[in-house]
Amino acid sequence: MALIDLANPTRFVALVEGILPWLAAATLVAFAYGLHGTYLAPDDYQQGATVKIMFIHVPNAWLCMFVWGVMSAAALGTLVWRHPLADVAAKCAAPLGAAFTFLALVTGSLWGRPMWGTYWVWDARLTSVLVLFIMYLALIALWRTVDDPTRAGRAAAILTLVGAVNLPIIKFSVDWWNTLHQPASVFRMGGATVDRSMLIPLAVMALAFTLLFITLHLAAMRNEIMRRRVRTLMLTQAERA
Amino acid sequence: MTALSALFARDARIAIRIGGGAMMGVLFFLTVVTLVPFAIGPDLALLRRIGPAILWLGALLSSLLALDRLFANDHEDGSLDLILMARPPLELVVVTKALAHWVTTGLPLVVASPILGLFLNLEPAALSATALTLLAGTPALTFIGVIGAALATALRRGGLLLPVLVLPLTIPVLIFGVAATNAAVVGPMPFDTPFTILCALTLISAVVGPFAAAATLRYGME
Repeated sequence: MALIDLANPTRFVALVEGILPWLAAATLVAFAYGLHGTYLAPDDYQQGATVKIMFIHVPNAWLCMFVWGVMSAAALGTLVWRHPLADVAAKCAAPLGAAFTFLALVTGSLWGRPMWGTYWVWDARLTSVLVLFIMYLALIALWRTVDDPTRAGRAAAILTLVGAVNLPIIKFSVDWWNTLHQPASVFRMGGATVDRSMLIPLAVMALAFTLLFITLHLAAMRNEIMRRRVRTLMLTQAERA
Repeated sequence: MTALSALFARDARIAIRIGGGAMMGVLFFLTVVTLVPFAIGPDLALLRRIGPAILWLGALLSSLLALDRLFANDHEDGSLDLILMARPPLELVVVTKALAHWVTTGLPLVVASPILGLFLNLEPAALSATALTLLAGTPALTFIGVIGAALATALRRGGLLLPVLVLPLTIPVLIFGVAATNAAVVGPMPFDTPFTILCALTLISAVVGPFAAAATLRYGME
């Protein structure tokens, strides 16, 4: 089966229903391993055990940017290649991305209270992630304002691509401005500065959260395809009446 | 008269006439600037310090107000379909409409800002710096706004969706506009740095905005 066969919604739903149990199992295993590694990871010499919020906060932060990247790729699929399932992918990714952004903001805020002494500070990275959160919500609002899903998909695709300019701003904000948030320690020139005993559990948790996103995203895409079929059936029934 | 200059003249004329909303932006600007001392208190020293920020916020919100009439009126009476079918490229058409919108809505805000700055007890250096940065920055607000205006064209129940879409994208313009004004008044940073970045933002948005808006009008509508 070639990749183009995935453009057929029926085949796509069949494929998803086949691999979804395996993906869910892999997600659970990754979370078990990652949380176990989090439990075993050493305490920070300065922060003590509070550093373990990092194992939740950082993967969520990575994922909130990754999901906007996935939506941007889906937007290109809608506008450039007219892929039938691209706008389904984009629509289903938006609430998940908003949830990850919200979790990143909340866990970061709870981490900041003991470490920085404040729940919030208007520094470059926190502000740009907050702006990303608002843009996620605006995108979801745009999806819900237009009745026809295909038309909504094209408008949302353009907004997604325009909003993608925020991603490099978030990534490099800690380098460009003098901020309270910690500068890059993992994805930076010269390699990671995090010790391996913490880096491995962090990578496993990141993998676990990514698998969680993929599982939920595929399940949501299947649900959205079903939803659109129901809508078409209801419209046909209304026309016949 | 070429097609684009005719479109510019038409848009400007409609905006100036009754119901066009050109002067309403200035009135809203005045209202916002008047509301702030009611909320903050009449402390003149405080108002002088945050005056440029209040003027910039007021200009941002006022230019947002008139944006939804940019394409919606044409969509309602059918002239948008004629414009889409016309010979000039849609991107240039959007640029022309945005320029007409800025001349009738943004430029009056720039002219009004020194007068309103007097209400906020700004010194002359701050008055001229605010006006200059608004002159450089309000076109950016319009060009970024056309993206939201195009997205919201066919939405009947749009409501506050347009401001929510547009405002996050205008944040950099706001940051550098206020930074340039404060740099001119207080220093120590030179005025040129944020001002040239502000001009760069205007130029970038003059390209990105019309392209995104034209793509929306072309493919987002049915």
